[in-house]
Amino acid sequence: MTSHIIVLHSVDLVIIGAYFAAVLLVGFYLKGRSSTGEDFFLAGREMTAWVAGLSFLSANLGSLELMGWAAAAYQYGILATHWYWIGAIPAMLFLGVVMMPFYYISKTHSVPGYLKLRYGESSRALSSVCFAFMTVLMSGINMYAMALVLKVVLGWDIYFSIWVSSITVAIYVSLGGLRSAIFNEVLQFFLIWMGALLVPILGLIETGGWGGLKARILTNLGSAQYTHLWSGLGSFSANPMGIHWTGIVLGLGWVISFGYWTTDFLVVQRVLAAKDLRSARMAPIIGAAFKMAVPFIVILPGLLGLAVLPMKLTGETAALASGAHSYNEVLPLMLAHYFGPGLLGLGITALIAGFMSGMAGNVSAFATVWTYDIYRAGIRKNAADAHYVTMGRWSAIGGVMISIGTAYLVMQFSSIMVYVQALFSFFIAPLLGTVVLGMFWKRATPAGGFWGLLCGTVSAIGMWGWVKADPAALRYIALSAGAKDMAEDMYRALWSWLVCVIVTVAVSYLTKPKPESELKGLVYGCTEIPSEKDLSLFQRPVFWAVLVAVILAALNIYFW
Amino acid sequence: MTSKTPISVWFFTGALVAFYGIVILAYGLYALTLPPSGRALSELHPDIWWGGVMLVIGGIYTIKFYPFGKK
Repeated sequence: MTSHIIVLHSVDLVIIGAYFAAVLLVGFYLKGRSSTGEDFFLAGREMTAWVAGLSFLSANLGSLELMGWAAAAYQYGILATHWYWIGAIPAMLFLGVVMMPFYYISKTHSVPGYLKLRYGESSRALSSVCFAFMTVLMSGINMYAMALVLKVVLGWDIYFSIWVSSITVAIYVSLGGLRSAIFNEVLQFFLIWMGALLVPILGLIETGGWGGLKARILTNLGSAQYTHLWSGLGSFSANPMGIHWTGIVLGLGWVISFGYWTTDFLVVQRVLAAKDLRSARMAPIIGAAFKMAVPFIVILPGLLGLAVLPMKLTGETAALASGAHSYNEVLPLMLAHYFGPGLLGLGITALIAGFMSGMAGNVSAFATVWTYDIYRAGIRKNAADAHYVTMGRWSAIGGVMISIGTAYLVMQFSSIMVYVQALFSFFIAPLLGTVVLGMFWKRATPAGGFWGLLCGTVSAIGMWGWVKADPAALRYIALSAGAKDMAEDMYRALWSWLVCVIVTVAVSYLTKPKPESELKGLVYGCTEIPSEKDLSLFQRPVFWAVLVAVILAALNIYFW
Repeated sequence: MTSKTPISVWFFTGALVAFYGIVILAYGLYALTLPPSGRALSELHPDIWWGGVMLVIGGIYTIKFYPFGKK
């Protein structure tokens, strides 16, 4: 491609360069403060609720999240908002209000670590190996996808983008550990908002507000369903995504959302770094409040693209064949539509910051799970704390190297991207069943936990393979032959979660449970949760969780 | 902010946002001397007021969490 969407000026390069200098400065500054295992892997457990909460959200707010969901909004309309609202907020609030005490009081360093305490070594081994390698593989895929976008948008060399950004992440995570990752995630959170917020503001000015935007989309597309959240979900064919409300509520709102936000260690690790239980409970609630606002900088630009862009965007394959722009380019196109030099540098910095915060999240979580749950559990059990810190630093670098290797592999065999993304989703839904049953059902046994997790994961792989081999099977998995990929993912997650729960319950009734004395601090009914009676109403996490839930309900009704 | 780290994360954040505000505001003022760009809504000069907003927000954080010279 000879022409690019965005041409940067020297002022933009100053802004991008300052960002790289800042994140490295943070890494070097925090190097001396990560000498113990608790410092390196859990940031000393000294983060305030605000820092942990913003980091919790930022680790999820990767650049692919920004560009991918803006693209989804262009393709499917406001339905993409479900992934931010019902597909995130209830789970985040549940994590803060209900689940966090068990994670925090058990003093676990990771989610696989919790499974070890609750079920035993076999469940920990299965979950940690799956999580560790899927995490770095996903990181590599995101790295490649980001480099590809920078090539298309800016004309930057793919290898240059991959190496510069990943070496920067490797340096600051290996130097400062989780503390460095969290500090940079807070920094990146601000930059993402500063860089992306101006697009919807200018877009709403240009279109004449929400009413004007809806009118333009209706004129351009001839359908009102692009701007309604729920009214088209009564049947599979009445909305652009080909999904039914049961898929959104049960598949996305329950299994996928709760699986990701309450059991994916990438995000839970940030909350475990909180300085006390109250901060740990408040952090996901603060994250949820900001998550509710993210559609303003992600979904709205996609909808604005439908209204103001002069060209029609297409899928990736069609774009490659015709030379047209793809859905994934809608956010950079919107940046180019409104931003001049300076602001463009800020917008591109926001995308790079998003990528790096996501990657740092992956790498720091990988380093912890690898060091504590694989290396210490199975390779070298009784080494000194300093040895594990050194291993953590090297595994952060190793994680980045595996990510780079994955990115190179994807360059050669693009179909790998599809397989790895699918593999990651296979694991999360059954894990939710295992963790929730372990936390809230005393009768769940070690054998039940392990076999439930294994069968749930295998069933997800089986369903995926069935549809690949015979596309007609989609009508059984997703309840509709016309279901799109996202709808298939949601129903597959729901069934694999059900398989996990059924197998866990059945095997648990056939095997001997742990005595209650071994479940203290791990299971509801066996754990004394510290009372919050002495706190004022405004200090109680439950009060803020209810407030966020009320706002969520109001937003859903407004955009019904 | 953490209880043990002398330089707060909010100071780092404020300083970088303020720096960006200065750069973007300055370029926006310089761009007034250039011919119109033809971009949508460029007549609103978003770089000037957005740079100003960033400078104010970043400045507040920088001053409030300024670590040097504090006991």
